[in-house]
Amino acid sequence: MGEKLLMKGNDAMAEGAVRAGCRFFAGYPITPQNEVPEYMSWRMPEVGGAFIQAESEVAAINMLFGAAATGVRSMTSSSSPGISLKQEGISYCAGADLPIFFANVVRGGPGLGNIAGAQGDYFQSVRGGGHGDYRTFVMAPNSAEEMGNFPLKCYEVGEKYRVPSMILSDGTIGQMMEPVEFKFETVDAKKLPIPEWAIGANPGRPRRMVGSYDLREGELEKMVLARAKRYREVEEKEALWEGKMLDDAEIVLVSYGIASRASLAAMKLAREQGLKVGWFRPITLWPFPKKALTDVAKRVKSLLAVELSLGQMIDDVKLAIDCRVPVHLHARPGGVLPTGEEIVESVRKALKAGSKEAACCR
Amino acid sequence: MYQGIRISGFGGQGIISSGVLLAYAGMLDGRHVTFFPAYGAEMRGGTANCSVVISSDDVSTPVVAQPDTVIVMNEPSLAKFEPLVKPGGLLIINSSLVESRPKRKDIKILLVPCNKAAQELGTARIANMVALGAFVKQTGALSIDAIAKAMPKVFKRAKPEMLELNVKALKKGAEFN
Amino acid sequence: MLQVNRRPKSLLDVKMHYCPGCGHGIVHRLVAECLDELEVASRAVGVAPVGCSVFADHYFACDMIQGAHGRGPAIATGIKRSKPECIVFSYQGDGDLASIGMAETVHSAARSENITVVFINNSIYGMTGGQMAPTTLIGQPSTTSPKGRDVKVNGYPIRVCELLSQLDGARYLERTSVHTAAHVIKTKKALKKAFQNQIDGKGFSMVEVLSMCPTNLAIAPKDNAKFIAEKMLPVYPLGVYKDADAPAAGGK
Repeated sequence: MGEKLLMKGNDAMAEGAVRAGCRFFAGYPITPQNEVPEYMSWRMPEVGGAFIQAESEVAAINMLFGAAATGVRSMTSSSSPGISLKQEGISYCAGADLPIFFANVVRGGPGLGNIAGAQGDYFQSVRGGGHGDYRTFVMAPNSAEEMGNFPLKCYEVGEKYRVPSMILSDGTIGQMMEPVEFKFETVDAKKLPIPEWAIGANPGRPRRMVGSYDLREGELEKMVLARAKRYREVEEKEALWEGKMLDDAEIVLVSYGIASRASLAAMKLAREQGLKVGWFRPITLWPFPKKALTDVAKRVKSLLAVELSLGQMIDDVKLAIDCRVPVHLHARPGGVLPTGEEIVESVRKALKAGSKEAACCR
Repeated sequence: MYQGIRISGFGGQGIISSGVLLAYAGMLDGRHVTFFPAYGAEMRGGTANCSVVISSDDVSTPVVAQPDTVIVMNEPSLAKFEPLVKPGGLLIINSSLVESRPKRKDIKILLVPCNKAAQELGTARIANMVALGAFVKQTGALSIDAIAKAMPKVFKRAKPEMLELNVKALKKGAEFN
Repeated sequence: MLQVNRRPKSLLDVKMHYCPGCGHGIVHRLVAECLDELEVASRAVGVAPVGCSVFADHYFACDMIQGAHGRGPAIATGIKRSKPECIVFSYQGDGDLASIGMAETVHSAARSENITVVFINNSIYGMTGGQMAPTTLIGQPSTTSPKGRDVKVNGYPIRVCELLSQLDGARYLERTSVHTAAHVIKTKKALKKAFQNQIDGKGFSMVEVLSMCPTNLAIAPKDNAKFIAEKMLPVYPLGVYKDADAPAAGGK
């Protein structure tokens, strides 16, 4: 704690995971997240953990499935196409109630797309991503420092509710360097309790099974419903957000991750121009901070979602506020970071449009 | 105070390390800083460029679209980055390697023979430090001291003699007006 | 009363779902006997595949994990690297190991993961209902090659032991069968060596077991034994394909 280090977002995330007790990492090279496996390749042996460069993203997530089943804090990271490949394994982890932790350093898509920072993987992250009914705890850092500090939260929430957790980052935050302070005591991995469900050496205790199937009639439904109970608890207790200049705002910019920084530039610019603009940033994307955003929506004339995609989070914004006010969209897909100036333009348009031409409930 | 910088040149000219060094020095000076490398296909083409922000306030975006200062270390970078400089901004050109001259009249242009000056100190490898010296002198965004302090943190494997030579190059760069 | 045989402790006293004449029950028992005799049951972890032996996690008395189709060796890798004291085995069929999971098989062997792989080759997909496997013989009918496997359409069967024998990381590879009592005994010996290798830290060990699936071959169990003897053995010769302990490793 205490010391400020100038670190790349990707390096900060890797180090943050290690300090949070991660002792198993498996991954496969893909830009723009290569720093994470590179960092782990020397850092893991240093702390007595295991690092494996897997033959594919598919193998990596399944290695995690095995490692997490033994109760160790584990991690894999990738970027969009690689995360698509991991979805099957993530679904199995969700189905086996394994608290794996993974990161998506998102790039432009679909397909091979490009390697610039983007936000086109929002739906995939917050709606499950793989097959079946499940949810993943999703955190969206907007700085290198948060990249370093969020892994611990992911482990804690993931283990408490036995759900997969992830950091949804992007190429820009992954590649940029910023001062980073790790704001938590380094976790002593050896002192972490071994979960009561973990498989491994088993002298004298009943055998344990980890798996995601139950073919008996009606049993799978019970299993999924029990999990859904935990999902509700996560939704009630674990939503995180932050806001600025919300008190007198007429319009509020809603954005996460790197887009929230572009929005912040826009808010400052707009305020200088006398526009009453506020700023709201979901820090967890699932659970989405519904209640907080609803409170904001009660006081403002409209919202403007700013996203590096065709507009995906905007759906959650509308659902959260139940279309109480119009929600406009400033969308830059394909790996383009909007400037503050262009967002202010959209603010002006939105203010002019009023409620009638609102983009809400399209 | 806000200073958005783009540095561009060939891979191997120390473009990335210059950017990291500026950001580190800014951090040691108590500023808010960001460093962002172009990590795209450009990297493969042998050119490198990066964005650095040094600010007294939070930095909103790390990608400097309209730089206050551009440092151009090779010929192709001039055409690419000259148009981006903010009106009234600063364009530092490594005149040892860049033959073309800029067209813009609304910005300050500083020609610095970085390679020549570095060579005179013993090695062209420190041409980037000459450019940083000129930048520091022109903008006052940082002190040479702060950069000197950041050097051992960024160039972890450099010998003390090399670091000393780097400081000399910074000071040399500061002499160009 | 003299008891000459009993259920291995590592095999649970539950009714198995396997069809009459299926080889899985035999191989399950052999694996369980190995765990007992090597006294590693209390630190054994098994990986159950997708396929007929998906329920293996309900039959072995040790800790078990059931994962995605073909990913057994990757899952075993994760367990073994996290808990090296565990004795980890992956139990897989031919579709699982040699088709969808071939990459995991090859790379866990190449890394010489210190795990034991039990590979059941019965030349057909079982649980999904008799489709063509990567090990289906040329001319052998299946529900997706009803007129018999045609090399022009479906290519050739894969000989996994031979394939893996080219990898330096594969330390022990043997193909056995369970179509006769004598072969069952040989299979047990091979499995025991494959587990002993793991205990000794020798690296990737795999036993390929030719086995019966009379239901999906649509023949009587005794005819399935004949099928193995007459049709499978010529294509899949039994023997040791790799033994890093032996001076001339790689021979048959």
